[in-house]
Amino acid sequence: MSALTAPQGPARSRRGTELTLLLFATALAATGYAAVGIGQNGTVPSGTLGYGLGLGTLYVLAHLAVRRCAPYADPLLLPCVALLNGLGIVLVRRLDLASADRARQAGRAVPRADAPLQLIWTTIGVGLFVAVLVVVRDHTRLARYAYTCAAAGLLLLLLPALPGVGATINGARLWIRVGPITVQPSEIAKILLMVFFASFLVSKRDVLSLASRRVAGIDLPRARDLGPVLFAWVASIAVLVREKDLGTSLLFFGIFVVMLYIATERTSWLLIGLALFAGSSFTAYHLFGHVQARVDTWLDPFRYTNNQGYQLVQGLFGMGTGGIFGTGLGEGSPNTVPFAKTDFILAAIGEELGLVGVMAVLVLFALIVERGLRAALTCRDSFGKLLGGGLSFALALQVFVIVGGVTGLIPLTGVTLPWLSYGGSSVVTNYVLIALLMRISDAARRPAPSPVSPSAARASLQDAPTTVVRRG
Amino acid sequence: MNRPLRRVAVACLVLFGMLLLQANWVQVVKAKDYRNDPRNRRVLLRTYDRERGPIVIGTGKDRQAIAKSVATTDTLKYLRTYPGGAVYAPVTGFDSLVYSSTGIERQENAILSGSDDRLLVRRLSDYVTGRQVAGGSIVLTLNQAAQQAAYNGLQGKVGAVVALDPRTGAVLAEASTPSYDPAALSTHDPASIRAAYTNLLSLAGDPLVNRAVERTYPPGSTFKVITAATALSSGYTPSTQIPSPTVLDLPGTTANLRNFGGEVCGNGKSQSLAEAFRISCNTAFGALGMALGADKVRKQAQAFGFGDSSLELPQPVADSVYPDQLTKAQEAQSAIGQYDVRVTPLQMAMVAAGIANNGTVMRPYLVREVQAPDLSQLHGADQKVYAEHAVSAGVAAQLTTMMESVVQSGTGTAAQISGVRVAGKTGTAQHAVGQAPHAWFIGFAPAVNPVVAIAVLVEDGGSLGSDATGGKVAAPIARDVMRAVLGR
Repeated sequence: MSALTAPQGPARSRRGTELTLLLFATALAATGYAAVGIGQNGTVPSGTLGYGLGLGTLYVLAHLAVRRCAPYADPLLLPCVALLNGLGIVLVRRLDLASADRARQAGRAVPRADAPLQLIWTTIGVGLFVAVLVVVRDHTRLARYAYTCAAAGLLLLLLPALPGVGATINGARLWIRVGPITVQPSEIAKILLMVFFASFLVSKRDVLSLASRRVAGIDLPRARDLGPVLFAWVASIAVLVREKDLGTSLLFFGIFVVMLYIATERTSWLLIGLALFAGSSFTAYHLFGHVQARVDTWLDPFRYTNNQGYQLVQGLFGMGTGGIFGTGLGEGSPNTVPFAKTDFILAAIGEELGLVGVMAVLVLFALIVERGLRAALTCRDSFGKLLGGGLSFALALQVFVIVGGVTGLIPLTGVTLPWLSYGGSSVVTNYVLIALLMRISDAARRPAPSPVSPSAARASLQDAPTTVVRRG
Repeated sequence: MNRPLRRVAVACLVLFGMLLLQANWVQVVKAKDYRNDPRNRRVLLRTYDRERGPIVIGTGKDRQAIAKSVATTDTLKYLRTYPGGAVYAPVTGFDSLVYSSTGIERQENAILSGSDDRLLVRRLSDYVTGRQVAGGSIVLTLNQAAQQAAYNGLQGKVGAVVALDPRTGAVLAEASTPSYDPAALSTHDPASIRAAYTNLLSLAGDPLVNRAVERTYPPGSTFKVITAATALSSGYTPSTQIPSPTVLDLPGTTANLRNFGGEVCGNGKSQSLAEAFRISCNTAFGALGMALGADKVRKQAQAFGFGDSSLELPQPVADSVYPDQLTKAQEAQSAIGQYDVRVTPLQMAMVAAGIANNGTVMRPYLVREVQAPDLSQLHGADQKVYAEHAVSAGVAAQLTTMMESVVQSGTGTAAQISGVRVAGKTGTAQHAVGQAPHAWFIGFAPAVNPVVAIAVLVEDGGSLGSDATGGKVAAPIARDVMRAVLGR
């Protein structure tokens, strides 16, 4: 990877743009926070300023870390995340107020407010974001810890299945209890395993992409090279069977197959992946009641309005009621939908912020994903390309799985909506994810090391000799 | 690796594109369906979130709510209560989160719920000023004293009372028994609502049915008013002698027609129309019906409103029927309100009101005023002529005299009110073999410049059973209601 692939245009860090956008995102989130109070009680809540300042401080700190450790990173990534996260806390607070209201009316004890906790998790997340940028100065060095990552990732992934440690919440066994808090280790495992996949596939990509047999017009890999993909498939099935978690299972398998495809440039891997997916889906549908129930509910949710389809139907009702412009923050009844704070946070957005809000959120996610993929494209080393592509695609797939599920596009599987959903593991992990993407993006956009000054380099470009460019 | 990365980028865009399309599908295309789906709890919360307007009667200091919403502390912010209770239940109906609504609650829902366009300007200003959006009120024409008297009179009986102001058509009383407490159906607890509803359905006497407008009955001898009106409009006079045999042979059948209790009318051969009316002679009116022919009688009945399916109070009113294609024998039976003649109590009150109002029937109405939440008037009563000259003023005057004599010295003496000339006609309608007849009274008071017209029906003669007659059972109830209106 010694070749020079010059970044488009002059190398500019655009950190100022990032700061401006961050402050804008913070202001928008603070406005939303105030709007919730106005919608619910008719007054601007007293915590608005504190919330705005707290969030602002966090993001300015994150920005300073970026300025210092990853000065050439994409300036759009962090503001998009900040806006999503700020909005998420606003929504969690809005739902807190609703459940507190309801508890008071029913004469029950007011449940714990989740918004302050979410703010704490955000703080930890931003802390880890900074830590990753400071510690991981060069992402390629992560490849050295590939097998450590693999072992840790697998352990975390299968931990909830162990008796004594794991906890079953809402029918899925994917949490572990650490004292008073529950952690969803599969979120962290996701990133660790991606680091391993990237490193593993880069080292094996030649054999995986070249050795093949041609059958019926497509290049099929040798049987013994199927090992890794079969391994991922088996692990996914294990997650599915033991932990009853469709979403995570689907996510892992999808990510792995796509990373395999990126590494080898061979469509056959996609086809094999799809075939395995179709086969296991079909089998799972006929073997497992909970899979069957999900599919049946998806096909005709209104038939199950009062039982298994209640959540989906109420979510659809909420979004329909919101219409194009929404009821306004604090004016709807998003708490009608079970798990509105976590899996169904999009339904709350749809109800109170309308189609406009949903589209804005989707566009923000799309921006992050496409910017991440762009970083992967322009990155100069294979490991960075593969990890960047994998992380970006993981984000896209996760958004697709949960938003598609909530809107009825695909069968519903419970995964969080990154940064928006309430949940510590999710927020923290996704900050690590974005930190890695920014690290890769920094490497991609950083001007190539040059003995001469940039202006001199530009001046002498006309005279520069042609160089051998290896396909990256 | 760039080629697959670019493809993945395109694939991601496709995924997001699908999500955007699906979001549009849910929030634009299907939005209206979802927003208004009855299973959408938000519809319910929204409905109960604003104060539903009251249903009130009386004016000034006598203004009182018979249905109103009160603030609660549970998730549904307002609870519907019915201070009018069972007395007014046939009119108000109920507003239930399980069983929808009935009565005025249903017919005037747009105003009460605040969704009516006439409230739109206020709603917008409420929205802008952040004021609580409330529904409008419905003011009814009911007279509190008359309604109470009607309900009291019907206590322990199955029946209905309708009292009208003959000059305007305003409904002064509309009672039906057995009744029910609508509050039991408008709680916020679906389980208790279901239990209450199931219980009401299992009770004898169908308490949820408003007999004043929803059921039809054979009118019995009260129909003789219409037969007499037909005769007087066809050249007869009150003093015209008509045949009054003790037994009237029904042509084409082996059956015959006798008088109540087998009595003889006058000399058993003939008597004046007025006299036959006063003593309610069945054979004389049976013969009269055959002499007049079904077409003339039907036309007269239709002039009073028979066969009109568009009548509403605003609650829809069941059609009163004078049957088609009658044989001569059936003409005789129909002329005395038997065979397949069917009427609602409201229809018979309209007949009495038409005669009281010089032959012109006013359209009956229950809503006197529609008010905005600040009590400003949005809409006044529609006083409309229903049938101009259903009978001529002259015929109306003749009928009035004949009906007065019924109360003075005929079958309806129990309806007398001291110091007031009361006009009326009793009815004792057989409806099934072996069952006690229905008792009827229709009439109005005072005979000169009437202010109240009434119809009273008691199913199966009430507690008197087979001894019941309209004069014994229904007339006293009518007397009490008319007295309440007259304030005597």
